[in-house]
Amino acid sequence: MQLNKKVKLSVAEKLALAATALMSGATGAADTEDVATESKDNEWSFVGSVLAYNETDRVQAVELLFSADKQYGDAGNLSLKVVLDALTGASASGAIPQPTVQTFTRPSGNGQYTIAAYDTPLDDTFRDGRGQFNVSWTDAIDQDSRYTVGSNLSKEFDYLSLSFNGEYARDFNKRNTTLSAGISFAFDTVTPKGGMPIPLATMVVDQGQFATRDDFLTAFNATRSATEENIDTTELLLGWTQVVNRQMIMQFNYSYSDVNGYLTDPFKVLSVIDNNAQTQSIVYENRPDSKKQHAFFALGKYHLDESVTSLSYRYVTNDWELDSHTIDFKWHFYGDNNTFWEPHIRFYQQTAAEFYNTYLQDGQPLPEFASADYRLGDMDAITLGIKYGFELSGGNRAEIRAEYYNQTPKANGPELVAATKGLDLYPELDAVFLQFTYFF
Amino acid sequence: MGVEPWERDLLAKPEMAINSSPMDESTDEHIYFSKEASSGGKSFAGGGCGCN
Repeated sequence: MQLNKKVKLSVAEKLALAATALMSGATGAADTEDVATESKDNEWSFVGSVLAYNETDRVQAVELLFSADKQYGDAGNLSLKVVLDALTGASASGAIPQPTVQTFTRPSGNGQYTIAAYDTPLDDTFRDGRGQFNVSWTDAIDQDSRYTVGSNLSKEFDYLSLSFNGEYARDFNKRNTTLSAGISFAFDTVTPKGGMPIPLATMVVDQGQFATRDDFLTAFNATRSATEENIDTTELLLGWTQVVNRQMIMQFNYSYSDVNGYLTDPFKVLSVIDNNAQTQSIVYENRPDSKKQHAFFALGKYHLDESVTSLSYRYVTNDWELDSHTIDFKWHFYGDNNTFWEPHIRFYQQTAAEFYNTYLQDGQPLPEFASADYRLGDMDAITLGIKYGFELSGGNRAEIRAEYYNQTPKANGPELVAATKGLDLYPELDAVFLQFTYFF
Repeated sequence: MGVEPWERDLLAKPEMAINSSPMDESTDEHIYFSKEASSGGKSFAGGGCGCN
């Protein structure tokens, strides 16, 4: 929604005015107010943001975001966004800790990494950069309806994602009710260095048994299949937004997604252990090649006298038997001089995918699908955050926020191998992230 | 249920918008996508990643 407003002109607005005046040939004939009125149809607005993300002993990331929006007429809006990520650190491989030092082959086959006794195996080869570009266009069809079309491109070293989406929205009941329907198609390509592991193949680790490097590579390559795989995603999104009264608005969404292709994580493994919890071998994981997911989302915003509360709930269920509940609450308090404070709390809980196994047991037949990726296991997570918004001397707004995230994985029923008792199979994950956003 | 057009003063505030902080939403979605199994629900996910 574009609102008519009388504002003191910022630097960006003055630039936009100058450009408008030049393009329209208005070289001083029109007074400032006339130019300002025209400029509302051609006004760019920009947002820049920087995020610093840090997990204890694991991943560190820096993300830069920049978006530009331009208004055309009453309803046309062009939106562009660029995101750049730089990531480094280590990620849990899926293997369990051992009372002795463990050695693993890197996913590329180039080199090894060792894990100290009783430590969670973390694969430290994880270094990546990512660039993302989004474009979307919204325009009116008639007085009560509009459409949005968009595209997204995301590229990192070993992953490419390209998506297209379209949405139709229609207002009813004096614009108090909005119904929308949209569809999205995404085409992803995965090309990990070293290729795709053969599902549940045993990791080849060079412990001196190979006479030459070539002998090792021959054995390693025998655990590899393709060098490139694809993932296709179709997503349907239905929305209902309702103004309840002068102080309250609600939104209800339903989405269905159908994902097909290579859904295995080529970097994740499982430990195969004996009855003494000693690792006998390491095997690469394998996931089904399709996933169908339903998501239900509800959001309510309520304007109190001096604050705005925002509460949302999301339920997600998929045919991997993985269900999740998310509750998110923000409380926006108005301060003096156009400042605000916004505390935030989020609770997340998920049940494990049906093929999640913390480890496999030696001597038992291998299942068709198995993954020890902690992200597919039972877990609880909580986020606590606070955001502060303020106005700079030029009149532009800025926001800074800090968030703390704690994830607590849980056992999926009683342990099958009692001897694992002394091992930390479900380590917690802590992360802190800071974000600064500037509007101009 | 609903309001007349002249009763939209509070609803017109930026913080009452359905997606009032798109930059925050964008980074949160990316972080939670890489740490949890569920994602989406609010809008189109906008592209996958090989996130760890």
